[in-house]
Amino acid sequence: MGASEDWLRDLLVRGLAGDAAAYHECLKALSAHLRAFLRRRLVRLPDEVEDLVQETLLAIHNQRHTYDAGQPLTAWIHAIARYKLVDLLRRRAVREALNDPLEDELDLFVASDTEAADARRDVARLLERLPDRQRLPIVHMKLEGLSVTETARVTGMSESAVKVGVHRGLRALAAMIRRE
Amino acid sequence: MKTEDLIAALASRAEAVEPRALQRRYAMALGWGALGTALLMAILLGVRPDLADAARLPMFWVKLAFPAALLAGALFAVVRLSRPGARLGQVPGALLAPVLAMWLLAAIVLLGTAPGDRVELILGHSWRSCPFTIALLSVPLFGAALWAMKGLAPTRAALAGGAAGLLAGAGGALVYAMFCQEMAAPFIGIWYLLGMLIPAALGALLGPRLLRW
Repeated sequence: MGASEDWLRDLLVRGLAGDAAAYHECLKALSAHLRAFLRRRLVRLPDEVEDLVQETLLAIHNQRHTYDAGQPLTAWIHAIARYKLVDLLRRRAVREALNDPLEDELDLFVASDTEAADARRDVARLLERLPDRQRLPIVHMKLEGLSVTETARVTGMSESAVKVGVHRGLRALAAMIRRE
Repeated sequence: MKTEDLIAALASRAEAVEPRALQRRYAMALGWGALGTALLMAILLGVRPDLADAARLPMFWVKLAFPAALLAGALFAVVRLSRPGARLGQVPGALLAPVLAMWLLAAIVLLGTAPGDRVELILGHSWRSCPFTIALLSVPLFGAALWAMKGLAPTRAALAGGAAGLLAGAGGALVYAMFCQEMAAPFIGIWYLLGMLIPAALGALLGPRLLRW
C-alpha cells in the first residue's frame, strides 16, 4: 500500500470511532487493494476473486475490533485476506476430493473462451443443444462470470443444482466437441 | 450482491467500536475463569494448612513464580495471536526462559544430592496426581480463554489454541501451588510443567476446530 498506508489507517481509525463517511471511504479503497491482492493469488480461479473480496471485507468489518492502531494496517489486512484465501482453497480441496475433477473439462472450455469470437459462437451453437438446467448455469457462470450464488438467484435454481448443471453440462459439451 | 452495495451496507452499520475491546474481553473472561478455578480448588482440595509457614520459605515463592512467569508469557502470546498479522516477537523466548531457569535449578539441586536420594526429589509424593490435578483445575480458565479468543480473529488456530491452553494450565498450576506440599525444584520442573502442557496440547488440538471465523 506504500504511501497510502497512513491515509488508509487514518480513515480506519476514524471509522472505528464512528465516522461512517471515513469508514465508507476506507472500505472502498481496501476493496480495490484486496481485489489486486487476491487476483494475483487466484490466477487459476478468477471467478472466485470478487466473492473472496466480499468475504474478506465482511471479515474486516466483523473483526474490526481486533485492529490495534499501533499495528501496521497492511499486516492486519493481509493476514485476514490470507486467512480467507486459505479457507477458500481448503473448502475447494475438500469439494474436489468428493467430486470428479472438474478442472480438465474447465481447462478445455477456458481455452475456447479466450479464442476468437467465432469459436465462442460454435460453443454457443453446441450450448443450445443442452437442456436449460445445464445450459443456463454455464452461460451465467462461464460466459457472464457470475458466481454460483448469483447464478442460483438469477435462474431460481439451488446452488448445488447450479454446480451439478455446470459439471454435467461441461462434460456433455466436451463429448459433443470430441464428436464434431 | 455487488461489492459497492456490500460496502455501503457495512458502512451504514459502522457504529463506533469500543476502544480496547480486546483487552476488556480478556479481562472479563480471565476474571471469571480465575474465579472458577479458585472455586474448584476450594471445593476439591482446600488450601494447605501450613500455608503461613510455607510462605516463609524462598522455594515456596519460586514455586509460585514459575507458573506466574508462564502465565504472563502465555497472556502476551494469547493477545497477539488474537490479532491478525500481529508478530509474536520475543514471546517464545519469554516462555522458554522460566522453563530453562527451573531446569537449571533442578539440575543444581540434583547434583548436590546423594544419588540414592535423587529419585525422591523427582517423584515426590504426588507425581501421579499432580499433572492431572493441574489440568483439572485449569478447566474453567480453559473454557474462558477459548471463549474470549472465539470472539476475536486468530489466524493461526492451532498455535492460538495452544497458547490459550498454556494460559489456563499456568493459572491452574498457580492455584494448585497453594495446596501442593511438594517443594523440590526437580518435581516442579517436571510435573508442574507437564500439568500445564496437558491443556496446552488439548488447546492446540481443539483450536483449528473451535476457533474458525
